[in-house]
Amino acid sequence: MEDKPSEVVLFGSWYSPYTSRVALALKLKGIPFKYVEENLSNKSELLLKYNPTHKKVPVLLHNGMPICESLIILEYIDEVWNHAPKLLPEDPYQRARVRFWANYTDQKIMPASYPILLLKGEEKQKAIEDMEEMQRVLEEGIKQDFPEQFSFFNGNTMGLLDIVMGVNSYNYKAFHEVTNSEIIGPKNPKIFMWVNAMKEHPLMKDTLPPHDKVVAMLKSMIAPTPDV
Amino acid sequence: MDGDSVKLIGFWASPPVLRVKWALALKGIEYQYVEEDLSNKSDMLLNYNPVYKKVPVLVHQGKPLAESLLILEYIDETWKQNPLLPHSPYERAHARFWSKFVDDKCVPTVIAAFSKGGEEQQKAAEEARENLKMLEVGLEGKRFFGGDKIGFVDIAIGWLPYWIGIVEEIVGMNLIDADSMPKLNSWFHAFLDIPIIKECMPPHDKLLNHTKAFLQVLTSSSSP
Repeated sequence: MEDKPSEVVLFGSWYSPYTSRVALALKLKGIPFKYVEENLSNKSELLLKYNPTHKKVPVLLHNGMPICESLIILEYIDEVWNHAPKLLPEDPYQRARVRFWANYTDQKIMPASYPILLLKGEEKQKAIEDMEEMQRVLEEGIKQDFPEQFSFFNGNTMGLLDIVMGVNSYNYKAFHEVTNSEIIGPKNPKIFMWVNAMKEHPLMKDTLPPHDKVVAMLKSMIAPTPDV
Repeated sequence: MDGDSVKLIGFWASPPVLRVKWALALKGIEYQYVEEDLSNKSDMLLNYNPVYKKVPVLVHQGKPLAESLLILEYIDETWKQNPLLPHSPYERAHARFWSKFVDDKCVPTVIAAFSKGGEEQQKAAEEARENLKMLEVGLEGKRFFGGDKIGFVDIAIGWLPYWIGIVEEIVGMNLIDADSMPKLNSWFHAFLDIPIIKECMPPHDKLLNHTKAFLQVLTSSSSP
């Protein structure tokens, strides 16, 4: 069964927040696409062909040509299908701030969850404190750059930053349960308010994996030694 | 644009700062340059970049921007002459991809290759060479990453071979050579030959001495 060149195909993994970002963006823009679930412990020939450099999901295939790296894919989507809703604002400075915080999330916050999941005792506590500090920085930064009280950072419709952080909104709940921590809570009022708004968005509910499935996946990543 | 103040806060030996200098030069944008003493960071820098506390910071019309690749995108979107990014969305995605690849993959493996010892160094050097070789895919059939003229990727990554050359001199190990990476090697020489690029480069000997000191710190802090 050959894909028509103009077809949009998303190679992903159900528990990858990076995949969810792309799926959300495509749905937000109303772009029909075919989804291919990858088994990351047994990667397909196609995935290795389309992403030889990183061998990772997500990969977006459009007109037979692959695009890799979730943030790059989101910008690509916004440029090709440049109808509303726009994922990035028009103003160059605002765009720079959106990109800044999206990158901050990827460089700092996303990797910081692994130590919390995998470490125990004092080391785990330190990892939690580090993460809380990053969330505080994010909270302060968001307040400064996006001072108006919208439901979403993009105004009344989801944009790139909403997508990037929004997929974590579901993961946080499962994450808190599994790690017995509270990384996002009332102490980050702006992010907390906005994460709760995101949870209610129909596309979120439609796209993100069920809570129990995420909990089970996170639990399976933890080493089987008892908590100290 | 009149009354359009542009200020670049930087450090003479910093590659990310160099990227921004090149972008501003290519666009013909006048700016004020402020040299930071990184061992004693100014209140101004800490104020403008509280999150990372690093250079470069570009301040335009009083508003600060950090992170060099983001600054490049901002410059490209704000000043439309001599576009840095290509026109088509697919090529733009590729340009962003290669720039990010260098920062995320090449740079850490190159640093590891130069700072580790013994067997670990061999392994790191192999990985670094593999990553560098991959860049040749981006050069396929082109003189520069930007095509006939230099563009976003060229100025995003053009510093790396120069820095690698400096460290190769110090450490006596070869990472980029004409035989195994012919395209990368000829791209690099063509890139460095461009007057506007050469002009902004830090002086060779000064950078050599600075890098020696930097490497000493690196090797003393990494495991033997």
